[in-house]
Amino acid sequence: MSDTLVLLDHATDGSLRAPVRELVTIARDLPGAVRGVWVADGAEPSPATIAELGVLGVTHVHRLVADGDLHVAAALAAGLATLLAETGAHLVLAVSTFENKEAAGHLAVASGAAVVTDVDSVVWSDERLVAGKTVFAGTWTTSTAVRTPLAVITVKPNSVPVTDAPEPVTPQVGDHAVALDAGVGRVRLVERTEQPASDRPDLTSAHVVVVGGRGTEGDFSSVEELADVLGGAVGATRVATDEGWIGHEAQIGQTGVTISPRLYIGAGVSGAVHHRGGMQASGTIVAVNSDPDAPIFEIADFGVVGDLRTVLPQAAAELRRLKG
Amino acid sequence: MRWKVAAVRRTEPFAPASVADGNVPGVRIVVCVKHVPDIQSDRSLGATCRTVRDGGDGTLNELDENALEAALSLVEAAGEGEVVVLTVGPDDAVDAVRKGLQMGADEAVHVVDDAIAGSDAIGTARVLAAAIRHLGGADLVVTGMAGLDGLTSVVPSALAALLDVPALPLAAELVLDGSTVRVTRHLDRVTEVLEADLPALVSVTDQANEPRYPNFKGIMAARKKPVTTLALADLGLDADQVGEAGARTEVLEAAPRPVREDRVLVHDTGDAGVRLAAYLVENQLV
Ligand SMILES: Cc1cc2nc3c(=O)[nH]c(=O)nc-3n(C[C@H](O)[C@H](O)[C@@H](O)COP(=O)(O)OP(=O)(O)OC[C@H]3O[C@@H](n4cnc5c(N)ncnc54)[C@H](O)[C@@H]3O)c2cc1C
Ligand SMILES: Cc1cc2nc3c(=O)[nH]c(=O)nc-3n(C[C@H](O)[C@H](O)[C@H](O)COP(=O)(O)OP(=O)(O)OC[C@H]3O[C@@H](n4cnc5c(N)ncnc54)[C@H](O)[C@@H]3O)c2cc1C
Repeated sequence: MSDTLVLLDHATDGSLRAPVRELVTIARDLPGAVRGVWVADGAEPSPATIAELGVLGVTHVHRLVADGDLHVAAALAAGLATLLAETGAHLVLAVSTFENKEAAGHLAVASGAAVVTDVDSVVWSDERLVAGKTVFAGTWTTSTAVRTPLAVITVKPNSVPVTDAPEPVTPQVGDHAVALDAGVGRVRLVERTEQPASDRPDLTSAHVVVVGGRGTEGDFSSVEELADVLGGAVGATRVATDEGWIGHEAQIGQTGVTISPRLYIGAGVSGAVHHRGGMQASGTIVAVNSDPDAPIFEIADFGVVGDLRTVLPQAAAELRRLKG
Repeated sequence: MRWKVAAVRRTEPFAPASVADGNVPGVRIVVCVKHVPDIQSDRSLGATCRTVRDGGDGTLNELDENALEAALSLVEAAGEGEVVVLTVGPDDAVDAVRKGLQMGADEAVHVVDDAIAGSDAIGTARVLAAAIRHLGGADLVVTGMAGLDGLTSVVPSALAALLDVPALPLAAELVLDGSTVRVTRHLDRVTEVLEADLPALVSVTDQANEPRYPNFKGIMAARKKPVTTLALADLGLDADQVGEAGARTEVLEAAPRPVREDRVLVHDTGDAGVRLAAYLVENQLV
């Protein structure tokens, strides 16, 4: 089997998005080499990033360079199609984000690749790629085989523990110019505004997420306090984002962000099915809710029937005490 | 019973946008809607690893109500135009387009064929693309942001690629300005404004609008509106291009996840915060 292309999602400062390391870890266990794809969007990989990719086992870093904006999904797909052809790679692995899934749709049409989204594992079994994913709001697990020579697979953050390659390598960095046809240029990116980075970890890849719902009545201070003690990210239900208590990007659920942290703590969250769809695959689920009949208790490993305004600060204080 | 599409209004697929040339009054919008198992029901995958769709718990994908609302309000704002609601799915799926008619769509199209069963996202997009071409094209194709069962969000961009029109997915705001469509979208940490000339495809999020409920008048009017049923042969598609035969993926196994065991529920008597902290420490979650 031939090589795997891993899309190296990165921040504006050139640092790798955390889940990329998981993609490389997964790709290393597949036959063939692991090649990174760096979209040259102004941010460049630092020597430290290249070295880190080497430690992870990435043999090549292909910089995609285009005279159009590679943030447009069709343009990114055109770039990936070119690279698939040039490198003979058979698989593109990307982090499951809406942007990458969008590019996957374009790439599938352009290249004949199969698409599997939101997976948590990819293995090579009986001479084909098999991906695992949980579906129906985390209530079913499935495995899906790829039937075509090419595939694009998107992987959910927090799917596998990151490991280094047995032997570090020195990645070869090279440029690939992408010719964008007129069709791609029909989408005009008029404006792109990146939000400033927060001090808290990124929601999708955080190991701990503390989520506030309507029960906070708009006061997120105890949610933030607990998140900070745990070094976690802060999320919200749609009610909380619709009320404007916190930004829309914090919404967890079927129409927001899908998360699967090691630890999810929901406070004043009822556990509506739309919300569960975005968090039910979490490792451990903790819920604090004043209503003993709240549906979230059906899926909580540890549930507290109580008032979040007293339970959360007490838990935060105790954790601080235990940490010393 | 199946019958052929009665009259094809426009023969040129994706003729220059009617808004611009003014020959046909208003925009022609095709809204793609999916019939899905109700997400409040117990959803399951059957023996062939396909979604069980015959439980009578099917419904119009909630997120496609936002797509319908977006299309209907664009036409209302323009004072002219037409909305065609299109679905691909088994017999029951006709309910999804009926609901679209009740909300105010002018026409409904249901593509149904046994050979479509088991389609993956790309197969579905192929059928939708062929159906839209068959209907004579559109100025604007509007979809929801995701089907609440499959949740791949891949159909919109694949469909745009197949139709060879620009894709503007995940619109939280949507403006039609002459023959230019502009969307504002909020992605993880990024806000973008995208623009394209018609014909184009947009997908809309649940933030885009508040879908209307069909009122009595709408429900009565829907009874007189046409529902066209099409089969693969009508679309010039072969059975091996779609469905399980044409699928690029194959679901090998599906099993319900075990329910979480050893669950603990404590009622706060003053020390629940401390007990919560202890639980986290014990389970090495800090
Ligand atoms: C649990 C599950 C997991 C799946 N995983 C994959 C996968 O990884 N890869 C893959 O290729 N296929 C997958 N499929 C199959 C795929 O979901 C379906 O083939 C499919 O029809 C696309 O559905 P979606 O909900 O994913 O569409 P999305 O792309 O999420 O839907 C977006 C929009 O497209 C429109 N649309 C979608 N389907 C239709 C339709 N039938 N008729 C009219 N409009 C429609 C709607 O406007 C909808 O809002 C999966 C199916 C299930 C049930
Ligand atoms: C198409 C569609 C898509 C949607 N997508 C999403 C999505 O992606 N994400 C999402 O989250 N929602 C989504 N929703 C909304 C979802 O259905 C629910 O309405 C929402 O998740 C409920 O938010 P909540 O739990 O904060 O509020 P509620 O359901 O009102 O629950 C509040 C809870 O707080 C508890 N409470 C109140 N006071 C306290 C207190 N002092 N201490 C402790 N507990 C307290 C109450 O007992 C209650 O259980 C969607 C809805 C639709 C129709």
